[in-house]
Amino acid sequence: MLSRDADSLYWLSRYVERAENTARILDVAYRMASMPISYNGIESNEWESALATACSIDQFQAHRGEVTPERVIEFLAFSEENPSSIQSCFDTARQNARSVRSALTSEMWEAINSAWLDLRRYRAKKINVEELPRFLNLVKEASLRYDGSAMRTMLRNDAYWFSRLGVYLERADNTARVLDVKYHVLLPRDAEVGGGIDYYQWAAILRSVSALVSYQWVYHQNLRPWLVADLLILREEMPRSLAACYGALSRHLDDIAHRYGISGSAQRQARSIHSRLANQNIEDIFQHGLHEFLQEFLAENNRLGFAITQQYLS
Amino acid sequence: MPVEWKAVDPVTAQAIFDEMMGHNGGSREAYRVLQDWLASAPPQLLEHRREEAELFFRRVGITFAVYGNAEAEERLIPFDIIPRILSGREWAQLARGLEQRVKALNLFLKDIYGAREILRAGIVPPELVFLNPYYRPQMHGLSLNGDIYVQVAGVDIVRVDDKDFYVLEDNLRTPSGVSYMLENREVMMRLFPDLVAKQRIRPIENYVNELLGTLKSVAPASSPWEPTVVLLTPGSFNSAYYEHSFLADRMGVELVEGRDLFVRDEVVYMRTTEGPKRVDVIYSRIDDDFLDPLVFRPDSALGVPGLIAAYRAGNVAIANAPGTGVADDKAMYSYVPDIVRFYTGEEPILKNVPTWRCREKEALAYVLDHLHELVVKEVNGSGGYGMLVGPHATREAREHFRARILAAPDNYIAQPTLALSTSPIFTESGLASRHVDLRPFVLSGRDGVRLVPGGLTRVALTEGSLVVNSSQGGGTKDTWVLSE
Repeated sequence: MLSRDADSLYWLSRYVERAENTARILDVAYRMASMPISYNGIESNEWESALATACSIDQFQAHRGEVTPERVIEFLAFSEENPSSIQSCFDTARQNARSVRSALTSEMWEAINSAWLDLRRYRAKKINVEELPRFLNLVKEASLRYDGSAMRTMLRNDAYWFSRLGVYLERADNTARVLDVKYHVLLPRDAEVGGGIDYYQWAAILRSVSALVSYQWVYHQNLRPWLVADLLILREEMPRSLAACYGALSRHLDDIAHRYGISGSAQRQARSIHSRLANQNIEDIFQHGLHEFLQEFLAENNRLGFAITQQYLS
Repeated sequence: MPVEWKAVDPVTAQAIFDEMMGHNGGSREAYRVLQDWLASAPPQLLEHRREEAELFFRRVGITFAVYGNAEAEERLIPFDIIPRILSGREWAQLARGLEQRVKALNLFLKDIYGAREILRAGIVPPELVFLNPYYRPQMHGLSLNGDIYVQVAGVDIVRVDDKDFYVLEDNLRTPSGVSYMLENREVMMRLFPDLVAKQRIRPIENYVNELLGTLKSVAPASSPWEPTVVLLTPGSFNSAYYEHSFLADRMGVELVEGRDLFVRDEVVYMRTTEGPKRVDVIYSRIDDDFLDPLVFRPDSALGVPGLIAAYRAGNVAIANAPGTGVADDKAMYSYVPDIVRFYTGEEPILKNVPTWRCREKEALAYVLDHLHELVVKEVNGSGGYGMLVGPHATREAREHFRARILAAPDNYIAQPTLALSTSPIFTESGLASRHVDLRPFVLSGRDGVRLVPGGLTRVALTEGSLVVNSSQGGGTKDTWVLSE
């Protein structure tokens, strides 16, 4: 297929995934911020960590100055100056979709197009903090509908694989960022678990990747920081874990290599990251430093994105 | 439901011919079934179907962009649910005429980019060729596969009575609208299955196959048995982008932009995820001017550097060939009947609208004296831009145009205002007659001419208006050709 078409599909999926991730991050910030201050005892900095996860605080401050809930919501959800805002993501996604109309199934096109039309209606009116959950739900549902229609209606060929690569690279990036912003909460590895702010912090991390209930099913015990990290980094059965993303990435890259009869550095990189994740245990990661590990992972994830672009998309 | 119609045009005082009712409000053979059906159909049913049709077009996203109109970036072309119908006999005559005309135009292009016999015979003035902005010296002396220059023509046809078809424009560069022809039929079959089943309408769905067959037939001799065809589009901001993606999708060929192609050693490749892939035939929907910045406009970002060198080397076919515009401008138009006679030795089956060439002194004087009754057109204009419809224009507009004609008479031709035939459309207040034209698409390949029975009927939506262009608020209808 045309490199440009593959590139559009890849970015289309990345942007839809990114919009959903930003929605999840906002959702968690909203829940944490609505906890009574007397309960957590300290001034909440949830909106700042939402910014740190979704883009960068510097970028926000350059455009908006002081951090307030309304400004953060506006910046992450609607701002045109923020290329990763939910609105910008859907604008870019739709532009990409328009340029590969013929490579999309009609279900996928309709999912993107109607989400884009719905979101435009939201931009027109000012949304306040109370309306936020409904808006975020809309975004999550749009992403589910897009993803579901891609899975159910696309031919299993290179177009499908390139669009999946976009999803998993973006998802791995997001999971690693969510963990990294909160890594200090996870650090005290033998801390007592029970009530208090910490519990809510860990629960929030899990919630932001839809894993709170899964945690119970996998570990059958109370939240423990290193198990939270284990679940999101190393567990293949957890669909948003780094290991699961890399399982899918190397599988789909192999599908492409198999179809084209030639494999390259993208395949090698994905396989090596995947096997490292499969052979590590969480104690070693903590020993080495969780933050260092995540930083290194984010850089490698970026390098893989670059290699895919080099090899196929340009 | 009765049709509101006029037997005489109030402005020109000419008799109007209606496709359904003829000159006298009666009933023409091909329309019998439809007319009976309309007589019994309740208005609510038609209104309901019209809404369904609009919903369909919006959902599928069949839109076009209007230049200079930021508000309506993606607009729907209004679709009218009352079909336009041609009898088998009418179509047969039209088809013969189209085939004859397009064949002659292909021979003409081969001649002026080759031996130039028609110029030596004094039939066409040389300056109309050599000073024409669409004349491409780069085409000179090239031998094209099958000697075909115009693979796809969209000839605009009108009529004023039930006898003759007139050609309004030949459209030999990048004619568009065929996707509407196909989608309109699709919608009609969905909305009116009962009406469609009552008569034998000749199918048109094979257009896409015929197009692909035509394109493959002109692939360079050196290309493989199954040549690689691509459709070259200016991109998603172009007004006809929907059509480009529609055709590429239906043909199963890649929809490429200039940046997807590159030329190495005079061979054209596209950039694919599997590396460079050789391209044999380009169905180009880009103006010549933008094809190759090394040869034509150097500022073109849409084209492919080196494309014309590859083309001249015979390593790729481009359809339509660059330089076909020289045969379809409005000044050359008036010579087409002579061109047909010169190359075929036959009388033209399709008529030309009488044309005054303002480049000629007496004609200019006549045109300036009769501005209020003529249609004046810019020689190189298209899409209904840059024209004056005398009887409908204000005095001011006419005076403004007079100054423009005097400043550059060579740039203008004038034609009488024809009382174009009308056809009923469905409006909020019932059925009413509006002026129509017809654009059939003529495919020419190495193996001959292919025509699907039908075309795009365009209709002026405002009462009395003669302008049917979609960029000027015209709409479209499905076109039925009945089998005999």
